[in-house]
Amino acid sequence: MKSSLNTDSKVANSTEGSAKRPPRLHIAYWLGVLPFFVFSGFFLIAPTLVLAFRSIEGPQGGLTLDNYRQLVSPTVLDAYGMSIRISLTTAILGGLIGFLIAWAVSIGGLPQPFRSLTTTFSGVASNFAGVPLAAAFVYTLGRVGVITALFKVFGVNLYRSGFSLYSFMGLSLVYLYFQIPLMVLVILPAIDGLKREWREAAENLGATPVQYWRSVALPVLMPSIMGTMILLFGNSFGAHATAYALTGGLFNLATLLIGQQISGDVLHNPGLGYAVAMGMVIIMAISIFIYSILQRRSERWLR
Amino acid sequence: MSTSTASSIAVKTSTVKALASKNRFWSGVIFLVGALYFLVPLATTFYWSLRAQKDVLGFEAYRRLFADNNFLPAFSQSIANAIAAILISLLIIVPTAYWVTLRLPKLRPVIEFITLLPFVIPAVVLVFGLIRLYSRPPLLWTATYSSSRVLLVCVYAAISFPYVFRSVDNGLRAMDVRGLTEAAQSLGASWGTILFQVIFPNLRTALLSGALLTFAIVIGELTIALYMAQHTLGPYMADLTRSKVYEPSAMAIVAFAITWAALGIIQFVGRGQQAQIAGGH
Repeated sequence: MKSSLNTDSKVANSTEGSAKRPPRLHIAYWLGVLPFFVFSGFFLIAPTLVLAFRSIEGPQGGLTLDNYRQLVSPTVLDAYGMSIRISLTTAILGGLIGFLIAWAVSIGGLPQPFRSLTTTFSGVASNFAGVPLAAAFVYTLGRVGVITALFKVFGVNLYRSGFSLYSFMGLSLVYLYFQIPLMVLVILPAIDGLKREWREAAENLGATPVQYWRSVALPVLMPSIMGTMILLFGNSFGAHATAYALTGGLFNLATLLIGQQISGDVLHNPGLGYAVAMGMVIIMAISIFIYSILQRRSERWLR
Repeated sequence: MSTSTASSIAVKTSTVKALASKNRFWSGVIFLVGALYFLVPLATTFYWSLRAQKDVLGFEAYRRLFADNNFLPAFSQSIANAIAAILISLLIIVPTAYWVTLRLPKLRPVIEFITLLPFVIPAVVLVFGLIRLYSRPPLLWTATYSSSRVLLVCVYAAISFPYVFRSVDNGLRAMDVRGLTEAAQSLGASWGTILFQVIFPNLRTALLSGALLTFAIVIGELTIALYMAQHTLGPYMADLTRSKVYEPSAMAIVAFAITWAALGIIQFVGRGQQAQIAGGH
């Protein structure tokens, strides 16, 4: 009864609205969104367009792709390579570990309080980055960190056996601190979307749990898992503050290279600096784009 | 027939039970390992922050941090910047989201796309472009410290768009925008009255979570402030980690507490809503 009343009034509303409203858009309508476009133009779009334009501007004017060709020079390739390695590693590891944790607190059977604790903490940890995060890991696994000292008590010198917080491995370990929680936050709703009926149907047809996961749950979850891992990739690829705080900005990472290029032309070629920056934007844009496609695909199942 | 079905069901329930307890065991293991990874760095940092005084555990590091001449100015400047950025962001996003919902639904994908730009443009790239654009004559904006500060606040407002737009948009979807607007209009309310007396109050929860999330991200922001040479909390903390031994640990704990407070209030106010997702590392 109530619902039919609702739809009735909605229909009445919409016919009334279309009768009242003139069919073409009034110019004043656009004034309402003007501040937003002006503001975004000044502080998001224009700065990016400047970099884009400078990156294809030749030293004597005119347009050129030379700067992009020089992206394959050793310094740039090294920086990009390290960024991509760290991002891939922390996206895959963070994705897997985050998925396991999300599984454990949802359908794994842990009591409800574990779940709310995990989501709250994940919200905090995915935002806990930059200088404080770097500092926390220095106190833990730095040269005089507590865990490093603990290992020494047991006769293992971490820093002599190849570990360093200021290396690929160390930086990845630190990045996981915000990567895993992000995975947990994004993937939990997807896991919640697995319907109980699917599992029951599979069981009644005689499927083992492994078969259920391989043929039902994972195929449904795959777009979400892959999409979120790509999101994690971008999240780590664009990260600057944590790496800067940890290494003083001297590590060979794409974001740190851009930082050095801002303070002084370390590449000895301003145009190349702009191309490096635009290269990052392009990679980020591609990963966000793929993420949104996969996310849309997963929504098909999880509604 | 019926007995065999019954026994097969019995077998099934017992295997299901065994499986559930096995799952619970592994869930516990995973949770424990995860908890270790996440809590140990916090615990060791907290431990260091108590050791500033020789042979005594105490809050000396915190006292020294707060007594540092540069700490409170940087902290208060960051708080002021964050509040200003939040206000600007709300003043731009709420009318825009409201207007798009009410009158320009076709524009929504464009607006959504623009609000997502901060995810596509890394902070270090954004500040690179800002400096190149606004540090020479036609648009000289970084000439003085305070003009750079205005620029910084505006950029902070812009990078908060993804979070603020999403929470405001969710808030608007949860209420009857058209009905409320028409009711207010038929009572003779102006657009300003509708926005500030009808729409804003109904969005309280959404505005609060957008604002707090922005606060958590902006308060310790390093990259943009650093290259704009601003004496805010982020660059101050980076300096501190290079020059002091115990104070950075106290600072990290304080920063964690601030993040926790901001996100905790969001969770409390949003009761049971999915926690917001953020970035900016």
